[in-house]
Amino acid sequence: MSTLSERILGAAAGSYVDHKVDRAYAHDGTGVLALASWKAMEAGCIADPGRTCLIFDHIAPANNSVAAGLQQELRTFAGEQEICFSDIGGGICHQVMAEGIALPGEVIVGADSHTCTLGAFGAFATGVGATDMAAIWAEGATWFRVPETIAVNLTGRFHGAAEAKDLALTYVGRLGMDGATYRALEFLGEGVVSLSMDSRLTICNMSVETGAKTGLFYADETTARFLEGFGVHAESQEPEDCCYREELHLDLGEIVPVIAVPPRVDAVRPAKELEGIALDQVFLGTCTNGRYEDLARFARIVKGQKVKVRTIVAPASRSTLIRAAGNGVLADLLGAGCTVLSPGCGPCLGAHQGVIGEGEVCLSTSNRNFRNRMGVGGEIYLSSVATAAASALSGVMTDPEGYFAV
Amino acid sequence: MRFEGPALCLGPDIDTDLIIAGRYLRTKDRSLWAAHAFEDLDPALAGELRGKVIVAGKNFGCGSSREQAVIALKEAGVRGVVAPSFARIFFRNAINIGLPVAECEFACREGEQIEADLRTGILAAGGRSYRMNPLSPRMLEILAAGGLVEWWRGRR
Repeated sequence: MSTLSERILGAAAGSYVDHKVDRAYAHDGTGVLALASWKAMEAGCIADPGRTCLIFDHIAPANNSVAAGLQQELRTFAGEQEICFSDIGGGICHQVMAEGIALPGEVIVGADSHTCTLGAFGAFATGVGATDMAAIWAEGATWFRVPETIAVNLTGRFHGAAEAKDLALTYVGRLGMDGATYRALEFLGEGVVSLSMDSRLTICNMSVETGAKTGLFYADETTARFLEGFGVHAESQEPEDCCYREELHLDLGEIVPVIAVPPRVDAVRPAKELEGIALDQVFLGTCTNGRYEDLARFARIVKGQKVKVRTIVAPASRSTLIRAAGNGVLADLLGAGCTVLSPGCGPCLGAHQGVIGEGEVCLSTSNRNFRNRMGVGGEIYLSSVATAAASALSGVMTDPEGYFAV
Repeated sequence: MRFEGPALCLGPDIDTDLIIAGRYLRTKDRSLWAAHAFEDLDPALAGELRGKVIVAGKNFGCGSSREQAVIALKEAGVRGVVAPSFARIFFRNAINIGLPVAECEFACREGEQIEADLRTGILAAGGRSYRMNPLSPRMLEILAAGGLVEWWRGRR
């Protein structure tokens, strides 16, 4: 009887395995160093170009001539090697991979820490650094230590304003920033049924903030229906009775809107305790909360009103943006006074498009509130989409519960 | 496979944004990363790293997968990093770039001489010795080669 990670990697927890990589991807940030290592390796050609992707998202479009030059090198490389390539505007690497490329049961490696997002499909998806990626380009395989697993048992369903991000922040707060180091998280239990694919992606995305190697949901009908939308057939995966290193129980019905206080992702407090903190910027987007469901939820709250603080929205992908543009969500966001960026990571890592200034406070739907990350001397509070929307409307940190009163 | 040097003590949960900030990533000049290492933690630290062994608290290198964090420390002359635990991507990156890393827990005293041998798994500090968590044979091979690029080239 095995955990899903053990089943996919074909070995027991604790053992080291060499395993074929089914999908490998890098972005414009890590791709630069991966290409440097690749050139130094003199490997010749990519082992499996059809399963290798390069996706521009971190500084897309380029913000200066240095970034533009580095991106041009990567573009040329992608063309020469005939690998799958997503240029600026395509979206965040994890979201591009989530739109019909990543499949249940696959081993997926990305040169980005949030590759764990794709565990939402029942894949073993984990992040590596640039040189590991170069070696995977060359060999089509890499080594893994099969992780022990922490089971996160979910019961009930969300009430009121609570959403997937609140669950994610809650488990990060419960486990701590290193509570799952070297381990995998498996999200199980009857509570899973009520969670959409977009929600599962949000939940898995933050598993790395506990140190976890990945976070996984078992593929089920929700997964299959989602992938059918991209013309892909997927089989369900059944959990087996197995040995978990640790178990965590969370009742979705007890999850409330929460906020992570800087500079720690695990310093999680109820939103209502932080009400009234003045904000300079609200940011909706990223691989955590830039998907269609997130944009639509935000739009539903701000529709017909005006935001009181500058509000930046970065859709996670082109298809997210097209969908939002097609059904009025985008118009609602723009009408409320939001600034909409091209699909990509936006200001999450403080590189461009919404860097905050000294002493400024940003409420962000992203996943990291590390010191100076979005700009030197600025502070980042992390919240759900609903909390961000309610706070954008009031200009100060606001518990969104009032917007969901029955 | 040994590394040694005076200890430079750091706290727990040092993230890769603190090791090298995102605003310095887009360059090919590796010396720039060394010059700005730990800038947001303590701007004076970068100048003190050469020849040192970093002895950090738990979860060193958490956060982003940026390999520049390891390269910054290596280029700055850090001999090795010891911590009770590491974020796994940083740990893999360190092996791949050829910066010795070891999991070991002991009370760090600033400047105290650290001597570590990754093959025997023994670390000596201030006249006491401690056992480090063993590295896998593959990790030892990669470190011995000087990094993953060199290991890969040597295998061909």
